[in-house]
Amino acid sequence: MNEVFSQTYEIRGNDFQNAGKVSTDIKTLLKQLGIRPEIIRKVAIACYEAEMNIVMYAKIGTMRMDIDTEKIKITVSDQGPGIADIELAMTEGYSTATQEMREMGFGAGMGLPNIKKNSDEFKIESTLGIGTKLEITIFIN
Amino acid sequence: MQNDFRSIKIDREKCQGRMACMRICPTQAIRVRNRKATLLNDRCIDCGMCVRVCPNNAVVPQTSSFSDFTRFKYTIALPSPVLYSQFRGEFTPGAILNAFKKIGFDDAYDVACASEAVSIAIQEFLDNSTLNQTYISPFCPVIVRLIQIRYPNLLENLIPIDSPMEIAAREAKNLKMKETGLNAKEIGVIYITPCPAKMIAIKNPPRKKYSFVDGAISIAQIYPNLLQALNQQDTVGAKEVKGIGLGWPILGGQVSTLRAHDTIAIAGIMEVIRIFEDLENGKLKNIKYIECHSCSTACVGGSLNVENPYMSRNRVIKLLEKYGNTPCQDRDYVKNLIQKNFFSLPGKIDATPIAPIDSDISQALKKMQEKVTIYEKLPKIDCGACGSPDCNTFAEDIITNNAEIEDCIFVAMKKFENLSVELIDIVKKHSNKIYRNINI
Repeated sequence: MNEVFSQTYEIRGNDFQNAGKVSTDIKTLLKQLGIRPEIIRKVAIACYEAEMNIVMYAKIGTMRMDIDTEKIKITVSDQGPGIADIELAMTEGYSTATQEMREMGFGAGMGLPNIKKNSDEFKIESTLGIGTKLEITIFIN
Repeated sequence: MQNDFRSIKIDREKCQGRMACMRICPTQAIRVRNRKATLLNDRCIDCGMCVRVCPNNAVVPQTSSFSDFTRFKYTIALPSPVLYSQFRGEFTPGAILNAFKKIGFDDAYDVACASEAVSIAIQEFLDNSTLNQTYISPFCPVIVRLIQIRYPNLLENLIPIDSPMEIAAREAKNLKMKETGLNAKEIGVIYITPCPAKMIAIKNPPRKKYSFVDGAISIAQIYPNLLQALNQQDTVGAKEVKGIGLGWPILGGQVSTLRAHDTIAIAGIMEVIRIFEDLENGKLKNIKYIECHSCSTACVGGSLNVENPYMSRNRVIKLLEKYGNTPCQDRDYVKNLIQKNFFSLPGKIDATPIAPIDSDISQALKKMQEKVTIYEKLPKIDCGACGSPDCNTFAEDIITNNAEIEDCIFVAMKKFENLSVELIDIVKKHSNKIYRNINI
């Protein structure tokens, strides 16, 4: 039987104080499981960017991680504004971040492209006014 | 191999299992079993927090003893510049160095000047680096060890430059070999250390086969003798110690010597961990260099110092005002040395990660699920009465067969309660049958 371990984390919009905590928890878990450092690096960057997107734009969201012996799958769903033009949002440097967010060092327009770059498989769905869903898959071997 | 060497040991005779060490350990490296603390070597990062908090002084720093040095024909004391800040009197660094000759050393050599040279080397390295990389200072051995254990991804961020301690030791040894005609093995270089962790850098130096330092004595251990000698000696004729390297023992001491404004300085192991998490997540953009200290007040806060860290810091700042403005090194000469790879350390630092909960990924996933299930049953108040530092670690200890769930006092009480209810039921059933008419 193929073992699967799953964990779901909640992320709140505008919670800048705890931003990054979920990514840290996920990293700690992967280290305990003995996942290779280079894989953890990819997961860390992808998760962190996804987490920040929720904190910056959405009301609330969840990050669900499913790990089996072959891959780490991260499903990020949020209740938020949604993305009007996904293709544009996937362009490096494109950002809708406010001046305030930029001053905090976010919103360089690298979020989604960076997530995709660090994923082996990447899916994005978004409905305006409802929210966005990302599916990130990173293979372990 | 001495990879397993740790700079602290628990004295089981003195230990009364009072758990102060277990509770403060930032890497959950201590368990209390059978009323005695035990150290998990693979998790320990030598930070020395346990040394500070033990009410029984049962955590013993593994520094050298004076008898280790009788094998040398010539001994050189190499005091950490922290030592200059430990005296309440008006003793100059030069006088402090001189005093070593009165207490049995043949000579003493200043490290602050080497710190200045290393500052120049760091600046040159950063100026010439074309990588978009954040470099981490490798001079606190605890930080290096933390990265080896927890952040293998950050090993390549450690700047490949040798420590002022090593540079000064090599210089001192070479100088004395020329002066005395003795060989390297006959000359002992002894570091006077503010913390036990420096022993790691001596016994098991990163990227090197061996250290130029032959051992370390704590500041606290040498302090009484030194103070006596200082009170007796005439300080006239002491050589002047100068330069910005004098500021290295305090937070910001390194980065303030760098021109680059995109640097940060961090002290305190938990703060360092937070920054490393950010760095690993790709959050720290545009930062070129991070000065990191395990101790919350940097090296003046080392666990083997005598003076309180805030007074020491104040004195370091005074020393800097008085002697810091005159350079100790000739910049062009140092740049020339950099060209000759005088400071650089080739080679890699190995990762030494904590063993995963199982080497087989399938088993590891299964155990992780078990761990979550167990954790949910625990009170989550991290009382530590089980002998593990917190409920999460306790759950991990159970699935790795290093603890039993009944070690949790709350679980045990609940089981006892359930058993008692069962027992009362049985007793009642029987008593109803046999003594049905008896009232007491």
